[in-house]
Amino acid sequence: MPPTLEAEIAKPNLKPSSFKRQSILPGFWPSFSYTVLYLSLIVLIPLSAVFLKSATSGWAHFLQSIRSPNVMAAYRISFGASFIAGLISVIIGFLIAWVLVRYHFPGKALADALVDLPFALPTAVAGIALTSLYTENGWLGRFLVPLGIKVAFTPLGIIVALTFIGLPFVVRSVQPVLEDADLELEEAASSLGATRWQIFSRVIFPMVRPALLTGFALAFARALGEYGSVIFIAGNLPMKTEIVPLLIVTKLEQYDYSGATAIAVVMLVTSFILLLFINVLQRRSRRFTEPA
Amino acid sequence: MSIEVQHVRKVFGTHEALKDVSLRIETGELMALLGPSGSGKTTLLRIIAGLDLADSGTVRLHDEDATRSTARDRQVGFVFQHYALFRHMTVFENIAFGLRVRPKATRPSERDIHVRVLDLLKLIQLDWLAYRYPSQLSGGQRQRVALARALAVEPRVLLLDEPFGALDAKVRRELRQWLRRLHDDLHIASVFVTHDQEEALEVADRVAILSDGNIEQVGTPDEVYRHPANAFVKEFLRDVNPRRLAVG
Amino acid sequence: MTKPHLKDPPLVRWTLIGLALAALGLFIVLPLAAVFVQAFERGWQVYRDNILQPETVSAIELSLLTVAITVPLNTLFGLAAAWAITKFQFTGKNVLTTLIDIPFGVSPVISGLVFVLVFGAQGWFGPWLMEHDIPIIFAVPGIILATTFVTFPFVARELIALMESQGTDEEEAAMVLGANSWQMFFRVTLPNIKWGLLYGVVLCTARALGEFGAVSVVSGHIRGQTNTLPLHVEILYNEYNYAGAFAVASLLSVLAVITLALKKFLEWKTGQEQA
Repeated sequence: MPPTLEAEIAKPNLKPSSFKRQSILPGFWPSFSYTVLYLSLIVLIPLSAVFLKSATSGWAHFLQSIRSPNVMAAYRISFGASFIAGLISVIIGFLIAWVLVRYHFPGKALADALVDLPFALPTAVAGIALTSLYTENGWLGRFLVPLGIKVAFTPLGIIVALTFIGLPFVVRSVQPVLEDADLELEEAASSLGATRWQIFSRVIFPMVRPALLTGFALAFARALGEYGSVIFIAGNLPMKTEIVPLLIVTKLEQYDYSGATAIAVVMLVTSFILLLFINVLQRRSRRFTEPA
Repeated sequence: MSIEVQHVRKVFGTHEALKDVSLRIETGELMALLGPSGSGKTTLLRIIAGLDLADSGTVRLHDEDATRSTARDRQVGFVFQHYALFRHMTVFENIAFGLRVRPKATRPSERDIHVRVLDLLKLIQLDWLAYRYPSQLSGGQRQRVALARALAVEPRVLLLDEPFGALDAKVRRELRQWLRRLHDDLHIASVFVTHDQEEALEVADRVAILSDGNIEQVGTPDEVYRHPANAFVKEFLRDVNPRRLAVG
Repeated sequence: MTKPHLKDPPLVRWTLIGLALAALGLFIVLPLAAVFVQAFERGWQVYRDNILQPETVSAIELSLLTVAITVPLNTLFGLAAAWAITKFQFTGKNVLTTLIDIPFGVSPVISGLVFVLVFGAQGWFGPWLMEHDIPIIFAVPGIILATTFVTFPFVARELIALMESQGTDEEEAAMVLGANSWQMFFRVTLPNIKWGLLYGVVLCTARALGEFGAVSVVSGHIRGQTNTLPLHVEILYNEYNYAGAFAVASLLSVLAVITLALKKFLEWKTGQEQA
C-alpha cells in the first residue's frame, strides 16, 4: 500500500462530535441557530427582564411588595378560585369526556367540537359573554339572584369564568386515555365477577386518574394567569375580587414597575414549578400507557 | 464497479457499531451481510451508501475514494427496510423522483422519464398500480416499488436493508427468488442485509457474516456452511437446511 | 364498546349523557349564544352600523396587520425549530423543546409586562428609544411584539409532534436519489406536513387576533390607533355600549367557530391519511 493511503487509513477523519449525532440531512446549523436566536430575542431575553428588574430593586423591596395586604388578598383569590375551578372542571370534564368516548348520541361530533370553544374564543369575548349571563338581568342571573345566588361581581363569578377556561384541558387530557383503554381489561374483570361499578372504580378510574391530575394541573396553571375572561365578571374590588393579573396591570398603570415585577416573579416561579410538575406527570403516565 | 471498505470504524455515542471492518465486493456480485441484530450490518450498509460517515477508514466505490462524499454524490441505489416511499406521491411519481430532481443539464425529458418509469413498472410487474398511493399497496408491492425507484437512476451499486424483513414468510420466499433473478438480469453489484441465514445462503453469491461489529467470515454459501471459520459462524448457521444452499 | 354485557344500562347512559350535555350547554353553548343574540338585539341595521364605525374598522385593520406580521414570523420559526429538533439528535433537545413551550405557561399580562420592562419609558431601551423618537410601547410595534411572544409556540408545537412521528426515512431516501436540500424540503418534507402546518397557522392566527391581556398592557388603548379588536370590545363594553361591544365580539366569535370547524376538518384529513 502506498504510504499516503496508509496514513489516510490511520487518521480518524471525523471529529466525533459529542453535541450532535452526525447526519447527512442538511440545514441543521442554520435552523438550530435561527431557532435559538429567535427564541432568545422574543422569549428568553424579555422574560429575563422581569427577574433582573426584581433583582435590582432589592430583596427587601421585593418582600415588601409581595407581602402587602392587597397582594396577599389577590393571591388568596387567584389561587383559591383557580383551585376550586380546577376541581369543578375535573368533575364536569371527566363526565363530558366519558360521555363523548363511550356513548353514541345524535350531535356527538358537534359536542366534541364545541369542547374546544374556550380554547378558540378570545378571552375578552368570553368575559363579556359570561358577565352578561349572570348579571341581574342576564339569562341566568334573573333566576339566580332572586334565589340569593350572586354570581356576577363576586368570587363565585371568578370561579365560573375559570371553570369555562379549564374544561377543555381536562376533557382533552382524559379523552385519549379513555379511548386507548383496552376493552379486554373490562372483559377480564367482568368475567371474574366484577359489577359495573366495580369495573369502573377498580379498573377504569385508576387508569384515568393520572390524566385527571394532568388536566387539573393544566387548568389550574391556565386559570392562575387568566385575565380577559375574568376581569369583566369579577368586579375587581380590591381585597375581594381582585385577581393577581389585574393587580399587576393596576400597578403598571401607577408606574409602580418594581411592585408589578415582584408580583410577576412569584407568578412565574409558580407557573414554572407547575409546568415541571405537569411534565413529570405526563412522562410517568406515558410509562403506563405504553404496551406491556 | 466494485466496492471496497477498509478498516472502517463507527461509534454511536459509547457504542462501537463497527470495530475494524474490511470487505471487498466485486463487480456484478450479490453479497449478503448476515448477522444477528446489533452486529453492525445495517451500519456497514449505510456507510457504503453514504447515509452515515465512518469515523475512520476508507470506502472506495469504483476505485474512487468516496469516504467523504455523501449519499447524494455516490450514485448508489438504496432500498430502506421500511420502504421509505414518499407517501404523498403515486407509485409513478415515486419511481420518477430520482429522474425529476436531476439538474437541468442531465435531466431527461418528461417523455423519456415516462417511458423509463413504465419500463421499470413492467419489470417489477406492477404497471397496473402506477397511479395508486403507497398506502393502498401491500407490503410486498411497496417493496418492489422501492426497488424500482432505486433502479430508476441507474445506480452502479444496489444496497438493500433487510428488504424482506417486514413481510410474511411466503411473500419473503417469493420475493427473494425474484430478487435473485432480477440481479442475474441486471448484473449490478448488490449488497443486502439480512438476519435470516437461509435467505442469505440461498440468494447470495457470497456471504459476509458479522458479529458485534466485526466480520467473522466471508465466503460463498458453500464455504461458510461447510468450513465455518470459528465457533460463532458454526453456531449461527447450525439450523440451516443444506438443500437450500444456492448453487455456486 | 359493542359487547352487550358490558354496556351500561340505558338509564345510566342517558342520565350521564343528559348531564354532560347540560354542562356543555351551560358552560359553553350559552355564552356563545349570548354573544350573537345580544349583538343583534337591536336589529340588523344597528349591527351593521356598529361594525362599520371608523374606530371599529381601524381596530380590524390593526388586528389584521398584527396577524400579517406575527403569523409568518412564528411560522418560519416553527418550521426551523421543528426541522432542527425532529430530524437530528443533539444534546439539549428536550430542553429546547421545553423552552419553546414557555409562553404557554406565562400569564398574558406578564407577557405584556416584559416588553414594557424592555422598551417602556423606564425600561432598558426606553431612554434610547425616546431620544430617537421610536415608539414601541403604547404603539403598534409593541402590540406586534407582545402578540408574537404569546403566539410563539403554536406552529412549532404542531410541527414538532407531527414531524417527530414521521421520522427521517423519506428525507434520506430523497437524498440518496440525488435530490438537493431544497428539492428534498419542498417535494418530500413540506407535502407530508401540510395539514399540520395549516392547523398550526390557524391556531396561531386565531390566538393572534384574540389576544387580550398582553396587548392590553402594551397598547395604551388609544382609540383609532392602538386598539385591536379585543381591546375595542372592552372599551365599548366599559362605555355601556353593549350592542356595539357584542357586535364586535360576534365577529371574533365567528372566527372562533371557523377555527373549530377547521380543526375538525384537519383532524378528519390526517385521520384519513393514516388509514
